Amino acid sequence: MLGRVEKKYGVVVVGGGPAGMGAALGARDCGEEKVLILDREPEAGGILLQCIHSGFGMHYFREELTGPEYAERFLQKVIDHDIDVLPGSYVSGVAVDSGGSKKVRIMSESHGLITVETKSVVLAMGCRERTRGAVRIPGTRPSGILTAGLAQKFVNLKGYLPGKRIAILGSGDIGLIMARRLTLEGCRVEGVFELMPYSNGLTRNVVQCLEDFDIPLHLSTTVAYVHGRDRIEKITVAPVNPDLKPDMSRAWDVPCDTLLISVGLIPENELTQNLGIGLDVVTGGPLVSSTLETSMPGMFACGNVLHVHDLVDYVTREAMLAGRFAGEWSKGVRRPKDNIRLVPGDNVRYCVPHTLSPEREHTIHLRCKAAMKPCKIRVGSLMEKKLRFVFPAEMIMFKIKPDLLDKFHGDTLRIDILPLEKGERVD
Amino acid sequence: MYDIAVIGGGVIGCAIAREMSRYRLGIVVVEKYEEVGFGTTKTNSGIIHAGHHSPPDTLKGKLVVRGNKLYDRLCKDLNFGFSRIGELVVARSESEIPELERLKKQGEAKGVPGLEIWDRERLRNAEPNLSNTLIAALHAPSAGVINPYELANALSENAVDNGVDLKVNCAVEKIVVEKGFLAVHTSTETIKARFVINCAGVYADKIAGMAGLSDFTIHPRKGEEYMLDKRLKGLVQRLIFPIPEKNTKGILIIPTFDGTIMVGPTAQDTTDRDDASTTYEGSEQVFGFVSKICPSITERDTITEFAGLRAVSNTNDFIIGPTRIKGFINAAGIQSPGLTCAPAIALYVRDILKSEGLVLEKKKNFKPHLPGPPRFASLNDEQQRRLVEKDRLFAKVVCRCELVTEAEIHSAVDHGARTLDGIKFRSRAGMGRCQGGFCAPRCMDILSKRLDKPFQEITKRGGDSWVVKKMMDS
Ligand SMILES: Cc1cc2nc3c(=O)[nH]c(=O)nc-3n(C[C@H](O)[C@H](O)[C@H](O)COP(=O)(O)OP(=O)(O)OC[C@H]3O[C@@H](n4cnc5c(N)ncnc54)[C@H](O)[C@@H]3O)c2cc1C
Repeated sequence: MLGRVEKKYGVVVVGGGPAGMGAALGARDCGEEKVLILDREPEAGGILLQCIHSGFGMHYFREELTGPEYAERFLQKVIDHDIDVLPGSYVSGVAVDSGGSKKVRIMSESHGLITVETKSVVLAMGCRERTRGAVRIPGTRPSGILTAGLAQKFVNLKGYLPGKRIAILGSGDIGLIMARRLTLEGCRVEGVFELMPYSNGLTRNVVQCLEDFDIPLHLSTTVAYVHGRDRIEKITVAPVNPDLKPDMSRAWDVPCDTLLISVGLIPENELTQNLGIGLDVVTGGPLVSSTLETSMPGMFACGNVLHVHDLVDYVTREAMLAGRFAGEWSKGVRRPKDNIRLVPGDNVRYCVPHTLSPEREHTIHLRCKAAMKPCKIRVGSLMEKKLRFVFPAEMIMFKIKPDLLDKFHGDTLRIDILPLEKGERVD
Repeated sequence: MYDIAVIGGGVIGCAIAREMSRYRLGIVVVEKYEEVGFGTTKTNSGIIHAGHHSPPDTLKGKLVVRGNKLYDRLCKDLNFGFSRIGELVVARSESEIPELERLKKQGEAKGVPGLEIWDRERLRNAEPNLSNTLIAALHAPSAGVINPYELANALSENAVDNGVDLKVNCAVEKIVVEKGFLAVHTSTETIKARFVINCAGVYADKIAGMAGLSDFTIHPRKGEEYMLDKRLKGLVQRLIFPIPEKNTKGILIIPTFDGTIMVGPTAQDTTDRDDASTTYEGSEQVFGFVSKICPSITERDTITEFAGLRAVSNTNDFIIGPTRIKGFINAAGIQSPGLTCAPAIALYVRDILKSEGLVLEKKKNFKPHLPGPPRFASLNDEQQRRLVEKDRLFAKVVCRCELVTEAEIHSAVDHGARTLDGIKFRSRAGMGRCQGGFCAPRCMDILSKRLDKPFQEITKRGGDSWVVKKMMDS
């Protein structure tokens, strides 16, 4: 029920975005009756609420929904399943006692400072955007420099424009979506400037948000300097050398009153870190087993807090799984520990989960370091899968069957992405 | 007619106004920005220097030790963040040791307490994260750190509590010498005062020029500073200084009052008096240098950077005193360690005013105290519960990175915040990792409601620093 909170739960989910709602439903599905979702925003739904463009749910619902529609459908399911939801609640800490029971400390305007007890916790806090500070652009510090997501919030939730003449640093998906959105609102988008030689967003967004609107995408180019006293007036952009440093001899100025920053997302793991849970330095999210359990027993993670996903449908699927295992855990089921470690090899930036068990089938998520086409994924000596191309901006997913893992006798399984050998072809 | 008009609401102007508000005088502070402290005062290293650095034959050298000592009292009165964390000047080779000894002697002669030379082992035990190539250090326990904007806000608020008028968004444009008083023409009104104190920072020579004085010039010298992620909190416990160079004290590692580590500043002469830009060269210089002293610091840890201008005068010293124009007094050329000297400068100016004929009569009802802002995140569980019982808005989180609650934002507005930066400097909301991405719209909502101003009129720091435009506007 919306706004209800009791003293004891089986599963408490931190974060009420698609991951949190999916996890709560997963926990209910496996029979856990006492589930609570906490979210610091005044409404559950997470970042979806400000994504009013369509493109959500194609995999999960087989329909093209807007972000709020996707969130709405899940929230309805959550309510129908009698899951408690407490919006406007901020989790300031979790204490774990020796018996493994967890006390979640909550700050909420409606309830004050309260603590709820639970057996398992699902971390689903999502991610935040990297800022100007993180990419370090020299120059002045006027107003008008903001992350693409904040601009999206101003436009879609509050009805204000961040400015009229827009430049965008980075080709992350939110930046691309905002290029289109602001163009439709009558703003002039001067261009998207991307440091890397490839776009950081999905190909479909490059096509639908830039190419269809004649917005130039400048690859291997960066913002080298910000000008303007009170408000940003222009930027100097420059192509970068192979060491990614700007080549100022080829720089040019772009007048603008707004600079959107869309240079990547970082999982929000302050809470996780405070709990002493082990993190993967590459994903920025926790290290998890094949049940999506973190290094702290009974504490699970899913969605963008675990690793940044491309599509909400994938988040939902992962979250349902995490929720199921969290529900099981709270009901006393203890599965055998995973005995296979999964490690990234050639051209693999990361893979999640970090360990596997021959007990079940697994979906492996990974990202490559560099684009490659055509190529193959090799999992130890167990399997190979040929792909037409891989691309850092697009997550790669594949399944490993338990019978394959049964044949594996080592303890470390390495995944590589390799070029095809002579005579090999993608069919 | 005012007795005193203070031009410039930086830390110097505010310190003077607050000091003079002890007396039965009519005082006004005139500041061109939207809030006080938005000049050099908010963009410095925040160090309360021990005093061994400045030569004893300069005015800054004379005022610095006294200024440092005055901070205990000032902090007790006004409750801004201040902590004597101590300072280490580190030597990287045998050839630098005589310089440590010279600084020690210079400091001792000026009355700097507790100076001590530490050997390698003692240094390593105290600061294990510094490079192990360092061989010795001069320890100055009385050096400290403050949040300079908090100081300026506290001084001005307390001055206002004691009857001082504060005029913001009010730029001085002309000064006319009249019979027995000065007429200060500003962008909004004309102010008459018997005494004018020129505390206009990098613009002080321009202000003097308005009164017809041209006996000094100001040459801004820029300093870039880089704030690092709070993950590095605790990396060093004390201020870390290299052996000083000719024009500057060098590039420092500064554990700020809140524990976050800052590195800088550079020292670059500039002709632009509003130049607050950071540069590639600056960051390379800062991180190139700092990594030699503390190898675990890299530029990747930067969460934000800024630059401030030192108001260096042509004498390279403070210029404080009366002028040939009766009633016009300079407090100019206040470069580093100006922040440290501020309370001492206030007393120095008080004495000048007295000898210039101003009658000082103490107020009976002077209120020296100002409660500090509430800081929910730094309280223990019990204290937090009590606050929440009193006001539920203490349980409503506005800034997630620094855990700032809505009640604290309201308090910031109660205490004078008018802009997003004003809220940030008073409450820390927006100072953390996400740099306001999460809290900016919330703070704007609160400002809009509290100031009864449309959302789109809320600015980052006044002037033309608008944040959003209304959708319908064209
Ligand atoms: C990078 C850097 C690091 C520093 N570090 C330290 C340190 O660690 N310790 C230390 O002791 N000192 C330090 N300093 C020095 C210290 O910051 C300054 O000495 C001090 O802030 C000077 O204060 P102020 O009030 O004179 O100047 P400001 O803060 O600049 O105030 C002057 C005010 O005058 C106003 N004004 C100007 N013209 C007009 C006009 N026409 N009408 C109305 N108002 C006007 C301005 O808007 C401004 O607010 C540092 C300086 C820099 C730049």
